[in-house]
Amino acid sequence: MKVRTGRVGLISALLVLLGVAVVFSAAQGQLRIPPLEVLGSVLHRLGLDLGPLPTHPRGESTLWEVRFPRVAMAAVAGAALATAGAVMQGTFGNPLAEPAVVGVSSGAAVAAGTVIVFDIGLFGSWTIAVAAFVGGLITTLLVYLLSRDGGRTEVVTLVLTGIALNALTSAGLAFLMFLGDQQAREEIVFWTLGSLNGTRWAAVAVAAPLAAVGIAASVVLARQLDLLALGDRAARHVGVEVERLRIVSIVVVAVLTAAAVSFCGIIAFVGLVVPHVIRMLAGPGHRLLIPASALGGAVLLMLADLWARTAIDNADLPIGLLTSLVGGPFFLWLIRRSRRTAGGGA
Amino acid sequence: MTRTADVILPAGLLARSVSVEIGGARILADVTLQVEPGEVVALVGPNGAGKSTLLAALTGDVEPASGTVELQGRPTASYRAKEAARQRAVLLQKYAIAFGFDVRHVVEMGRSPWYGTARSDEDDVVVRRAMRHADVLHLSERSFPTLSGGEQARTSFARVLAQETPVVLLDEPTAALDIRHQESLLATTRDVARAGAAVVVVLHDLSLAAAYADRICVLARGRVAADGPPSEVLTEDLLTVVYQHPVRVIDLDGSPLVVPLRAPHRGLADHDVPDETTDETTDETTDETEAR
Repeated sequence: MKVRTGRVGLISALLVLLGVAVVFSAAQGQLRIPPLEVLGSVLHRLGLDLGPLPTHPRGESTLWEVRFPRVAMAAVAGAALATAGAVMQGTFGNPLAEPAVVGVSSGAAVAAGTVIVFDIGLFGSWTIAVAAFVGGLITTLLVYLLSRDGGRTEVVTLVLTGIALNALTSAGLAFLMFLGDQQAREEIVFWTLGSLNGTRWAAVAVAAPLAAVGIAASVVLARQLDLLALGDRAARHVGVEVERLRIVSIVVVAVLTAAAVSFCGIIAFVGLVVPHVIRMLAGPGHRLLIPASALGGAVLLMLADLWARTAIDNADLPIGLLTSLVGGPFFLWLIRRSRRTAGGGA
Repeated sequence: MTRTADVILPAGLLARSVSVEIGGARILADVTLQVEPGEVVALVGPNGAGKSTLLAALTGDVEPASGTVELQGRPTASYRAKEAARQRAVLLQKYAIAFGFDVRHVVEMGRSPWYGTARSDEDDVVVRRAMRHADVLHLSERSFPTLSGGEQARTSFARVLAQETPVVLLDEPTAALDIRHQESLLATTRDVARAGAAVVVVLHDLSLAAAYADRICVLARGRVAADGPPSEVLTEDLLTVVYQHPVRVIDLDGSPLVVPLRAPHRGLADHDVPDETTDETTDETTDETEAR
């Protein structure tokens, strides 16, 4: 039962890593709070009288009003993006599919930007999330329709489709910036760069349920996504309703992308790097890949955000900039590799 | 045929006057084929004769322009994917797999139609047995994309065996295999039929077809040119016409052996064979396109 222990081992290792990352990144910032005090504060809120409380007078409020919402949002967005990447790659049978690469994230951002510029408030605090979802859904469908040929997506077609869609959405965003006032412009810039600065619990309360629903749905789809690797015809021959699975997957990807993009903007490459690393560690089976990617994505984005806000004193770097800085070269390497090993993934 | 559909549903596969058109071209014309439980039917014919298209019509992948296909007595169109997957398993010519799944995982995919049923209790036993029959047990941990063509074909065959269905369709399963594995794959296929399955297998090697099939259905230009026991179908006259190449049929211990006639000095001035080489290349392309 080698696989079984590997499965439990990987998931528990990631859970430990997640816990460490939460405590560690909540401890860091302009006001340093020792990790032990962070832990103590959390335990006290859970009703356990264990560990020391923050000694700094503003420690407790900094932790619960500034740090934790931000850390939680990083975890939620990271988990959502990595899961979206894993599901998209499974759906397209292509390890290079990723929401930001193929333009889904920016499609979601265009829709969210439209809502801001025209000051639409149809669904209250959920308005931006709903718009991002619709925008993401439309772009994912476009990618699907444009890049598939004969039941398969070639690497080149997928990447070119992404370039074309990203060009379109950039034009859309530029137009919105042209239309909008100063404040709307700043908000749109924030989107294209991606940032977790100033996250409030209210935002987490919208993003977290979306991400939870999306991840749960992805776990349910996992077994069928494995079968899709056989190709459309063979997948149907072993009992998969291929078209229905694809449509459901696309909706799931749009929900997950919306969860991340609505409040954090475009954070690229998380959905590419995390599932890829998990596949190298644990193989391509989606039943492990999806939950492990969710956890891995949460850890990665928390650490990336920690880096973003501590790399330069008194400055908050856009997190999307950082993930692209690391993810871009990784993407190039992946393209070269998948082109060399024909059939080995591409 | 003595029984009627209202009394006993005909088990196995039945194609009734099936015609298929792809992009306006008629690939199959009025093809009727019945495969009963316990029977291995070989589908043979030159490149581009419509073998893969017929297989696609039998699996329900291609909707016939006219005619019907019945799987276990019910039109294929009325099946949901999972129901159909419990009745018939298919080995396609193309078995590339996205991502590096290991061999055992690929074979286990054949069990997925039974997931959640009582039969999935036997998964481990069935998967092991299928892998032993296809001679891929020793490859269990290997990643599918790193295997050779023949090993991939055997792994995919094991997946089909693991599905344990009463109808089995195999499209050129032996194309990439060495002699030993060709023979053992078809012997296994015979065993599957003996255990009650209806089997259709597309083959190019006519001698192999003769050795392992109960019946041979010869397709030519989208029509059934002949259908019957190997000894009746594999005649020099018919094959020479169908394949546009002179052949001899030799009786080897009661089993027909089909051998192409070769001119003693093959060269450009080969007059016996009308432009055979160019013809074959073009046809091959058609066959491949059709398989996709």
